[in-house]
Amino acid sequence: MNAILRAIISKEFRHIFRDPQTLIIIMIMPVIMLFLFGYAITLEMRDIKTVIVDHSRTPQSRAFIEKVVSSGFFKVSAFDVPETAFEDIFFRRSARCIITIPPDFARSLQSKTNTSVQLLIDASDPNAANFIQKYMMQIAAQFNFENNPDLAMPFTIEPRIFYNPDLKSEYFFVPGLIAVIILLISALLTSIAIVREKEVGTMEQILVSPVHPYQIIFGKVIPYTILGFADSIFVLIVGHFWFGVPIHGSILFLLAALIIYIFTGLSFGLIISTITDSQQVAMMAALLATILPTIMLSGFIFPIPSMPLIFQYVSKIIPATHFLEIIRGIMLKGSGLKELLTQVAYLMLIAVVFISISLKKFSTKLE
Amino acid sequence: MSDGNYAVIVENLTRQFGTFTAVDRVTFSVRQGEIFGFLGANGAGKTTTIRMLCGLLRPSSGSATVAGFDVYKEYEKIKQNIGYMAQRFSLYEDLTVKENIEFFGGIYGLNRKQIAAKTAELLDYLNLWDKADQLTASLPLGWKQRMALSSAILHDPDLIFLDEPTSGVDPESRRNFWMLIYELSARGKTVFVTTHFMDEAEYCHRVSIMRDGKIVELDRPQLLKQKYAAQSMQDVFMKVVNGAQL
Repeated sequence: MNAILRAIISKEFRHIFRDPQTLIIIMIMPVIMLFLFGYAITLEMRDIKTVIVDHSRTPQSRAFIEKVVSSGFFKVSAFDVPETAFEDIFFRRSARCIITIPPDFARSLQSKTNTSVQLLIDASDPNAANFIQKYMMQIAAQFNFENNPDLAMPFTIEPRIFYNPDLKSEYFFVPGLIAVIILLISALLTSIAIVREKEVGTMEQILVSPVHPYQIIFGKVIPYTILGFADSIFVLIVGHFWFGVPIHGSILFLLAALIIYIFTGLSFGLIISTITDSQQVAMMAALLATILPTIMLSGFIFPIPSMPLIFQYVSKIIPATHFLEIIRGIMLKGSGLKELLTQVAYLMLIAVVFISISLKKFSTKLE
Repeated sequence: MSDGNYAVIVENLTRQFGTFTAVDRVTFSVRQGEIFGFLGANGAGKTTTIRMLCGLLRPSSGSATVAGFDVYKEYEKIKQNIGYMAQRFSLYEDLTVKENIEFFGGIYGLNRKQIAAKTAELLDYLNLWDKADQLTASLPLGWKQRMALSSAILHDPDLIFLDEPTSGVDPESRRNFWMLIYELSARGKTVFVTTHFMDEAEYCHRVSIMRDGKIVELDRPQLLKQKYAAQSMQDVFMKVVNGAQL
């Protein structure tokens, strides 16, 4: 490694270790995000507050209520509330759903005619409403099956869940977090680090020295690559040993994919640094152009097939989309390069395009 | 190393930004060992000229030779052979005095031994030994400026560009800074300095005054004062600049 590059790199590390803001982003942010996503945010619901109105008051209706409560999804917050109070319950959010069992529940169960149980759902959160409906339909189907064995059920679905049998959200989030953290460090921090020097005026002092543009770029980029890499390995270790997320596939392949992905992030950071002159703008641009799409559109949280068609196309040009498929494939399914060839090819294509744009923009800007 | 006795030779140098001509067919030359003052109101084109001469900006037309090298083709060599200190502060405030020297030595390709020697020399000279491991941010402005200049010439160039080096410091610090410039000149260095302090213009061997991208005066301060029958360079400057409005 040449001396000029070494001088720039060691200076860059000094900046990083003396700037509390950068240090927090690099060291604390991944930990906070990991535990936030690992514990606080789960995609399933438990203990949904429920009001039950039992007009039947029979052993059958009590058995049904027992079934609902014992599922663990619902928690009864009130019994036998008058119908006039229903609206108030939703207004005050004291329950998310109300189950009304009709007076003829037991009788009609035995007489084999069709029986209706009313379920009112507060759908101001449609996602939650969806869950409630699904949970309740499952419980009702089970209840029917147990109490009316002679009721013909033409077939049942026996699910066997692969790759994440307990449907743990950590399995989903830990690989995704790596994608976000790398982007945060490589795109956001590098662009800010370069723009800061423009803002303070030190960039000019470097440009007037015999330093080559490539030495400036590599000098800036190498420290953040190392940190981004270290951070993702840290997340991997915590994810694996603390949250029990498996790594079924090849770790070497995973690291190689990480490097390609880091390069796309870094080149994005460089592009941003060439089009902005203030740290604030660089931060906004990095957030808008990289972090937000990665969180919202890459499949990190929301599944791509459920997006409007146009966003499905947009997601194709987001590097994280492909990286997520790769990292989830490697970690959860043990997929290899053969199975993930398309995604790797996409990611490399994006990386090559970004890097060539950024190198071109960066060196012409310096002229 | 330089062409004859001239450190800088500029002919018809022009720079346009879109339709705006920032520097308009400027011609001058700077002798070796000279302190050459570059005056002008804000926006007159001083900084643009200096940036072209340092290889930071490509000229639109005209020719210029700096330290014997062509600004179009040999800007890499120019960078190796000049020192440059900008009006905006060019030290890293979050690095210590020593680390700054180390960094600037490093980007000019000095090796460890040379850097250690230069650091010692510089700390001796600026009398900064007791502050060597303090963050640069904690130094008084005047010291920072002298340190910035010293860091910019670690590689011992023969030609030094200073772009408004003394803006924002008290008169005493400015005097100290100019003593440093004189010392450099006495060692045979050429100093090309822009300023808007007219008392500083008096210290220069020759000054040029720029207005609207053109050089309108170029001579020794003494002769300029005679020509305009002025008491000080301040008066000369006012007369030259006001001439534009007549």
